[in-house]
Amino acid sequence: MHPWGKWGRNFVEYGVKAARDALADSGVNWRDVQFVSGAATIRNGYPGQVAGATFAQALGWQGAQVNTSYAACASGSQALAAARSKILSGECEVALVIGADTTPKGFLKPQPGDRPDDPDWVRFRLGITNPTYFALYARRRIEMYGDTLEDFAQVKIKNAQHGLSNLNARYRKAFSAADVAASPMVADPLRLMDICATSDGAAAIIVSSLDYARKIGRAKAPRIAAISTVTPSFASALVEMPDIATDSAVAVPAQSFRAALPKKAYEEAGIGPEDVSVAEVYDLSTALELDWIEDLQLCARGDAARLLREGVTRVGGRLPVNPSGGLACFGEAVPAQALAQVCELTWQLRGQAGERQVAHAKVGITANQGLFGHGSSVIVKN
Amino acid sequence: MSAVLAEQPTRVPVLEGWFTLDEQRPHLLGSRCTTCGTYYFPKLKGFCRNPGCNGEGFEEVPLSRTGKLWSFTNAAYQPPEPYVQVDKEAFVPFTIAAVELEKEKMIVLGQVVTGTGVEALRAGLEMELVLEPLADGKLTWKWKVAA
Repeated sequence: MHPWGKWGRNFVEYGVKAARDALADSGVNWRDVQFVSGAATIRNGYPGQVAGATFAQALGWQGAQVNTSYAACASGSQALAAARSKILSGECEVALVIGADTTPKGFLKPQPGDRPDDPDWVRFRLGITNPTYFALYARRRIEMYGDTLEDFAQVKIKNAQHGLSNLNARYRKAFSAADVAASPMVADPLRLMDICATSDGAAAIIVSSLDYARKIGRAKAPRIAAISTVTPSFASALVEMPDIATDSAVAVPAQSFRAALPKKAYEEAGIGPEDVSVAEVYDLSTALELDWIEDLQLCARGDAARLLREGVTRVGGRLPVNPSGGLACFGEAVPAQALAQVCELTWQLRGQAGERQVAHAKVGITANQGLFGHGSSVIVKN
Repeated sequence: MSAVLAEQPTRVPVLEGWFTLDEQRPHLLGSRCTTCGTYYFPKLKGFCRNPGCNGEGFEEVPLSRTGKLWSFTNAAYQPPEPYVQVDKEAFVPFTIAAVELEKEKMIVLGQVVTGTGVEALRAGLEMELVLEPLADGKLTWKWKVAA
């Protein structure tokens, strides 16, 4: 990884640093990498200046096969899925997956111009920003399950505590409920400390076939047991960014997109939620972490705040969630974040997570979601 | 722009064809698939998105102008462009509602009328569609607690 923050440099520099770290960690020589899979973000009209090849050029052209994946926040999982498919099909043995980004200050917002056919333009024209959606989900929890502002604050407190010792995290500071309550309201009931920042950052991973791993003496490396990149199924029940309305469920029953993502991953890995020992989930907002815990089937619908209150989801509890510190400590670096989750699970499964180590971590799952219906859930196991 | 607005102070819709301009009983304008009956907002042309439907024909339909409050929030910070705030110093937080339409079985977002804060709302409230201008004078749909 490249540490996350606001560094003011080019995204390629972050990606190359993360890639070199991953190569060094695995002992794989860059010249031996057969496939480079870059996760892209959109800037200057190009997807990350065509990310896969841009990283390959910066590392030194060596003739590897190349791929660039754009799937908004799910780009990292999609780039990883491309590498895994190449390996499983026998087209290559070892691949490098990279995601890196820089972000502007403040709200993520659409490109300029008048575009009433673009749902992203429409919602911003009406004043509906990203935090609006997080807040609608958060308020729904309060209304349906009796979650409280204190519960949401406790997610921030927990994740901040986890991230204290994480050298790659941008924010390494403990927070109290009073700190959260004193931060400015952004979208009721969510305050600034309930919502993740935007960051620069990068993550990279070396993946290989089992035979190759044996050959380089890494047969015990954690394995990717499943990657789910499913789209929603019609009719999608929740109003999802950037849409202004849900699908109508007149002809077909409404279905949850978030719940569908891990379902496919569990099926592919041949395991169930009861096997999970650690989860890295997409805490765009504090309240959203609670939604994801339920969508991952780690507890019944409406029970996530109870798990939090009982300490189940903190490091030291039965089922730690976001031991890395999550987006609360990292902030969003769009094409890197789904890969950063897999990096954390890898360190957890290897027992290399230091003060934030989850005891006896054997199976980890990620959850993340990209704009416009891009899915992302990865299962890593020992 | 101000000259144009002065001539038509409240009749210019922010999105052309998205809602009727009937000030008393406005409706959002959607599409309904003539094959499977699925509703769409905004309007859809071409191909029905229900994967089990081959429909290509749609009729324009006014959507239900009342529904139940599914969730709500507010915008406490001024949103970035293309949101328009004529006087940047005069930004006042506004409330946003997600309203569930029973007949269409869909949730539609919109601002809540000026003067209604989140403290006045709770899930399940009956909401009604009205028209109100945005900060630049363009008319939009908003949700209001039904009388």
